[in-house]
Amino acid sequence: MAKFKKKSNTSQEIPTASLPDIIFMLLFFFMVTTVLRETTINVEQRIPAATELRKLQRKSLVSYLYLGKPKQGQWGTQPKIQANDVFIETKDIVLWVTQEKDKLSEVERDQITIALKIDKEVKMGLVSDVQLELREVNARKILYTTAQDMDY
Amino acid sequence: MRTKRGTPEINGAPMADIAFLLLIFFLVTTTIANDKGLSLLLPPKPDEENKSEIKIKEHNMFKILINSADRLLVEGEPLDDPRKIRQMVTDHVMNYGKNPKMSDSPKDAVISFKADRGTTYELYIKVLNNVQGAYYDMYAARAGVTNKQWRDIASDLGDPENKRIYTIARKDFPMAISIAEPSKIGGS
Repeated sequence: MAKFKKKSNTSQEIPTASLPDIIFMLLFFFMVTTVLRETTINVEQRIPAATELRKLQRKSLVSYLYLGKPKQGQWGTQPKIQANDVFIETKDIVLWVTQEKDKLSEVERDQITIALKIDKEVKMGLVSDVQLELREVNARKILYTTAQDMDY
Repeated sequence: MRTKRGTPEINGAPMADIAFLLLIFFLVTTTIANDKGLSLLLPPKPDEENKSEIKIKEHNMFKILINSADRLLVEGEPLDDPRKIRQMVTDHVMNYGKNPKMSDSPKDAVISFKADRGTTYELYIKVLNNVQGAYYDMYAARAGVTNKQWRDIASDLGDPENKRIYTIARKDFPMAISIAEPSKIGGS
């Protein structure tokens, strides 16, 4: 039995020298995968969930419109449209899309996708007004940004 | 002559702390961009040339109406659960003339979807999700893949193999979802 009681000479401590390496690896992963938010969103954004999601292939072709109730009271309580950093009216969408299209190269202009980030509570009237304007400027590819629904 | 010293060693233990601090900073400040959602192609701008009325037979239409109080009316019947629409759409499209009240063939089937200006966006998305889901299920079955795989194929048509599968499955099987302009009665 004494055989088993033999004391090993190896140290009991776990070497922590490689810990920074692991943390750095995680750090780089997050640095690479995440994008710093460029715009401050001034409207409420409770994005609805859906199951049949499609992924956008080319992010460079995407422009974002945010619809929702303004977060600050000074802008009123009615849902508003936010593009980039400012609130715009429905009639300004035509100009905005044209500006967004100008940022793309000649061949890609017709492939522009408008991602609509719309709050749950927004009424369809406003959404439809936006869509009509988008049709008007021939930006017909749209994407209703939604979250993944876990219920199904 | 200088006295020989031992190689100076820097204590490496706090490095982990610095790295942790940076890691937490990035975790907090960044949001993982979600560019996923329901994709939709809006109809072209109505112009004078192709204003001709297209006649669609009544029984080929599957009508979904939502009023300003978020009540659903599907094929003339009130409906509570928007999830039921999925099966109903599938039945309608895959009818092949069996039921005279439903579509003649998938090619002729049209889903007509109309909301009110006062309908909430949330319900609109739920309904659209179920209608598109029904179509994705049918396409996936035709292509012999799962629903998820089909959506990935349809999102990436740059790949020739994907394009081939997509074309075969979509042949004579259009995803005809007609979204009408919302009515103004009982508006927001």
